[in-house]
Amino acid sequence: MSCLLEINQLNKSFVKERERIHVLKDIDLQVKEGEFITVIGTSGCGKSTLLKAISGLDTDYSGEIQLDGERVTGPGIKQGVIFQEPRLFPWLTVERNIAANLSLNEIEIKKNVEKLINLVRLVGFEKAYPKELSGGMAQRVSIARALLRKPKILLLDEPFGALDAFTRSHMQEALLDIWREEKTSMVFVTHDIDEAIYLGNKIVIMSSRPGTIQKIVSIDLPFPRKRTTKSLLEYRHLVLSEFEKVEELELVDSAGI
Amino acid sequence: MSNQTVISLEEVNSSKTSIVNRKRKTGKLHLILKGFILPAIIVIIWELSGALELISPTLLPRPSVIFTTFVGLILTGDLIGHFQISLIRAIGGFLLGGTLGLLLGLAVGFKQNIEQTVDPMIQMLRTIPTLAVIPLFILWFGFGEVSKILLIAKGAFFPLYVNTFLGIRSVDSKLFDVAKVLEFSRWKQITYLILPASLPNILLGLRLSLGVAWLALVAAELMGSSQGVGYLITDARQFSKTDIVFVGIIIFAVFGKVSDSLVKIFERKLLKWQDNFQG
Repeated sequence: MSCLLEINQLNKSFVKERERIHVLKDIDLQVKEGEFITVIGTSGCGKSTLLKAISGLDTDYSGEIQLDGERVTGPGIKQGVIFQEPRLFPWLTVERNIAANLSLNEIEIKKNVEKLINLVRLVGFEKAYPKELSGGMAQRVSIARALLRKPKILLLDEPFGALDAFTRSHMQEALLDIWREEKTSMVFVTHDIDEAIYLGNKIVIMSSRPGTIQKIVSIDLPFPRKRTTKSLLEYRHLVLSEFEKVEELELVDSAGI
Repeated sequence: MSNQTVISLEEVNSSKTSIVNRKRKTGKLHLILKGFILPAIIVIIWELSGALELISPTLLPRPSVIFTTFVGLILTGDLIGHFQISLIRAIGGFLLGGTLGLLLGLAVGFKQNIEQTVDPMIQMLRTIPTLAVIPLFILWFGFGEVSKILLIAKGAFFPLYVNTFLGIRSVDSKLFDVAKVLEFSRWKQITYLILPASLPNILLGLRLSLGVAWLALVAAELMGSSQGVGYLITDARQFSKTDIVFVGIIIFAVFGKVSDSLVKIFERKLLKWQDNFQG
């Protein structure tokens, strides 16, 4: 498997009240084609900032991000982005939201939109407006919208954070289905340990202030996984103990001040 | 996966519409009647107090007298002639001022450069009261149609300008991020994002502009004319024909409301995607 996304020495900081604050420090990360990476960390550890940098929406950093051998200089359809909120256009129906700037009059696009509506299980809702959808449905529309552009990589920023537990596990299954079918590489940011372990091939554990990669844990379990298996629980302990280390470090840090 | 998708949109909608329909049958008439209760009470008290000679008929003629005058004016053809003239003035001035307001609002909204050069001056002009410029308009353009239409246009310009500008600038920046990620062209950004998002504000501006056009019409016609509903009112006042004054006022009120309702219908059609508090 070749390397799809390569992040080298990514640093980001800004000055606030004459004090330089490091948001991201020396981030190195490689994502291979077809991999499902989950990024986990406490809030404020810079995981969303990292995703924003990969998406190209934020280019104010030092270091280099390469996608498919090319330097990322700005946002584009190569990096599909799923935001925390679905961010649909409220004046467009579901199918037109998925097509967005592409014309549904083109047979090829129309066919692909239909296929995706089927994939995200929204058949019957093609003509609905976003206000008629539930949170989970709206998020599925936004996933379909990103997939229509055949992205090299899909970047998800706590996409299921606002959903209730049941809908969330439905959505996780749906995302894994999509991943199996489309083989799109994923970078999935979350603060939910179980979600991170259940979905990912690899978990990137981040610590905060400055945001650095604490550890990368490979989850060598085959898909489909069962939520209740013992091995998942073992991984949970492993990840949790990493977090405890982070917390101890931070306690020491703050004790020093 | 999800069981919730088993319920299709049609089912949701059909159950919704059946409830709505039931409500509509009893509700619609009810709603309209509700709006008529207060005016009806006022008219009845008015008529009675007039009939009992509690109020002088020159100050406040009875509704029935006003109505007969109204019918009389229609039968002689006077009223329709005056009304047509007024309507043409209002529409002409509104189209002129409204179009300019919309176009300039769009330009200023889209380009910060244009905003910085044009907006301060427009904001200054906006604060000048319409009544204050009437003498100037008369000096420049005389008592003819030009000064009237320009006066109405001046009134109609600002609400559309301000609201179009505001609408464009209040587009959610989060949706701009989406447009960037999806690689919208500049043109698609305007037609798929900025214009639909600012449509609620633009339509509000349209309604306000229409209202102001109507007000400016009265001011323009009162400043001196030989035709139009405003003239009808000033002329009647000189001869103390209060009933005709009332007919004129009521015509303004009714047509103001009708034009407003037309835009509202338009609004409901275009903004059916909106998800707002319905009261």
